[in-house]
Amino acid sequence: MPPIGCAFASDRYHDRMTKTAKNFDEMVRTDGSVTHPYAAYDAWFKSQDPARLESKAEEAEAFFRRTGITFNVYGQSEAQERLIPFDLVPRILSHREWAKLSKGIDQRVRAINAFIWDIYNRQEILRAGRVPKALIAHNEAFVPQMMGFTPPGKVYTHIVGTDIVRTGEGDFFVLEDNARTPSGVSYMLENRETMLQMFPELFSQIRVQPVSDYPKNLRRSLSACAPQACSGKPTVAVLTPGIHNSAYFEHSFLADQMGAELVEGHDLRVVDGRIAMRTTKGYRVIDVLYRRIDDDFLDPLSFNPESMLGVPGIMDVYRAGGITIANAPGAGIADDKAIYSYMPEIVEFYTGEKAILKNVETHRCAEPEALRYVLDNLAELVVKEVHGSGGYGMLVGPAASKKEIAAFRKKLEARPGNYIAQPTLSLSTVPIFVDQGLAPRHVDLRPFVLVSPQGVNITPGGLTRVALTEGSLVVNSSQGGGTKDTWVLED
Amino acid sequence: MLGKTAGGLYWMFRFLERSENTARLLEAGFRMALTRSSDAESEWKSVVITSGTGLGYENKYDSYSDTLVMDWLLRDTDNPSSVIAGTKSARDNARLVRTALTTEVWEAVNDNWMTLRDLLAKPVTTVDLPAALALIRKQSALVRGALHGTMLRNDIYDFARIGTFIERADNTARIIDVKYYTLLPSASAVGSSLDNVQWEMILRSVSAHRCFRWLDEQDMTATAIADFLIFDKRLPRSLAFCVKQTTENLRYLEQEYQTRHPCHDLADKLGRQLKTLDINTVFDHGLHEMITEFIRDNNALGTQIEKDFRFIG
Repeated sequence: MPPIGCAFASDRYHDRMTKTAKNFDEMVRTDGSVTHPYAAYDAWFKSQDPARLESKAEEAEAFFRRTGITFNVYGQSEAQERLIPFDLVPRILSHREWAKLSKGIDQRVRAINAFIWDIYNRQEILRAGRVPKALIAHNEAFVPQMMGFTPPGKVYTHIVGTDIVRTGEGDFFVLEDNARTPSGVSYMLENRETMLQMFPELFSQIRVQPVSDYPKNLRRSLSACAPQACSGKPTVAVLTPGIHNSAYFEHSFLADQMGAELVEGHDLRVVDGRIAMRTTKGYRVIDVLYRRIDDDFLDPLSFNPESMLGVPGIMDVYRAGGITIANAPGAGIADDKAIYSYMPEIVEFYTGEKAILKNVETHRCAEPEALRYVLDNLAELVVKEVHGSGGYGMLVGPAASKKEIAAFRKKLEARPGNYIAQPTLSLSTVPIFVDQGLAPRHVDLRPFVLVSPQGVNITPGGLTRVALTEGSLVVNSSQGGGTKDTWVLED
Repeated sequence: MLGKTAGGLYWMFRFLERSENTARLLEAGFRMALTRSSDAESEWKSVVITSGTGLGYENKYDSYSDTLVMDWLLRDTDNPSSVIAGTKSARDNARLVRTALTTEVWEAVNDNWMTLRDLLAKPVTTVDLPAALALIRKQSALVRGALHGTMLRNDIYDFARIGTFIERADNTARIIDVKYYTLLPSASAVGSSLDNVQWEMILRSVSAHRCFRWLDEQDMTATAIADFLIFDKRLPRSLAFCVKQTTENLRYLEQEYQTRHPCHDLADKLGRQLKTLDINTVFDHGLHEMITEFIRDNNALGTQIEKDFRFIG
């Protein structure tokens, strides 16, 4: 006999779902029936003892703590290392849904690379008037040192994390193109590993596309972008700001999984026109540097002279073909939030096709008309800083108090060019495990994309981030969001 | 291997060894204070001095008592040799070199840190001290076990071991140095129960009180104890044992890298010196002088190793 309480899981889920919002739910339709991708999981879930699931959830947390899968939170002195909460219900996408998504991402990432090359070389898109010149010239993410230079393999964004949100059955939107140093892929891998350990029987019943090839693919993809000067098998290293960085776990995880060295700036120096790392046997040349520090800190001779994290002279070596830097300096010009609003034009300009994935409607506050609209509708809009990330410095109108809105209005009026605004999207919900049952919560999705001269590789699924608070739309881990394993079903 | 990684391994194991030694020293001091309450203050003082943190302590406190010293040695983050500081530094270094560690070693070090952080979140009372020390010992045994049981015997292992034995040699030498007057042959002439307690304390602080009884059928004398702590190659905390281990691991590195460095010569020299001496010549030459020189040479060896293998740029 199935345990009481669990047999009615999806009924209660349906109650919770209809009570909270009118948004699209990925598991249960408004008539209470279970959607196709979740059918097998739902059947499995109903056969489970909720107490066992509860203890599994605790097990997972202990596992994450023991293995040190943590992230550091800035501005919190002692409790620096925190866990990102993990939810044990997978987020499930059908083969068909994923096929469409990955096609759209592929198209978008190719366009982004073409766009960046163009910006740093011929600037045809500016001359054609499709993107305003001013947007580039005054952009903090624009790196003049990259002008006239083509990086090895003509690849700028070796690693991309495209943030996707969903509002309906077939309605996927790109929220952000993270073209600098997107993080989170270690959670995608560890979440799957955790699920495999906790529920091996699930994976024998339901055929899920694997994600575990990512580190191997990353290494291959980076190696394929080796610089001219490289002879033989490329040496790859991951450059981290150090153990106090919020994503340090991920840096060491990826280095470990790829079989690459994990280096800091002070391990590196220029030796005979190449970048070399200090080993116990002397200096050894590096061919590809997967850097996890910002452009600004990369080279104190070219950028921020105060930087202790980078390597003096690396930009000269780079321009002379002595090393590959991934992602390329200046790639951030493509994921700037002001550029974002031009993405449909950018995709069309370089691919000659309509963009497969939709952009969220975006009001550029730099434009007087748009600013007027945004100021009149602050309570309904989400306003973001053009260069911000991590959910900091943004206003979520519907969730903000009158006082917060008034304060934000002043900031916006003072520097309108610093902001864009978007409608509050009715993000889809998926089930999470709460007090022995399921409840709907809002999610987004960050698939991870690798780019090399050999092509674009997208790991099926990605990292699903979930707002654990009922009704909340903020999924950022720095602000109480959690993560889930993401499944793409086999055909 | 990156020079930084070698340095991280070396320091990770130095700190692990140090915090374990601090705990052991505290245990010995605690027993001593229990059995000789009349002179407890000076005993606590010698415990702090042996730990090599006398200056820091006196900057902070004006007197010595069980509560203060326990807190200083266990929980005080101002004391870089405290159990908590050492455990934290070991774990920070482990994070730094995580790609060089097996999962088992990393998890043991991480668990060591989480357990001791919780254990030492509040002051430890004298009632709870024995249990706390037992837990600290057990945790470091788990790390050591993971190291021995799972790590490849390559340069990674060598740097871990070298850190352990440079630190341990320093620790044993400091214990002898602080208590050297109780080990002089003239002291055994006194033969009072007071000295017996002192000797017991010395042996306990290197976990050798039972070993000594197993190995030496002879009576407990100052000479026998000094000989045991300096020269006995069976005792894993004797100076001779530590130097032998360091030399051996350095030799493996020499073979693996096919390079001989100045540190190899220094280590050989240190080993030779110990070999040519015996306990009587040590006493003739001066125990205190010999130990002072040893501490200096052992430190110099450590510094040379850091340089030769490019721990820092």
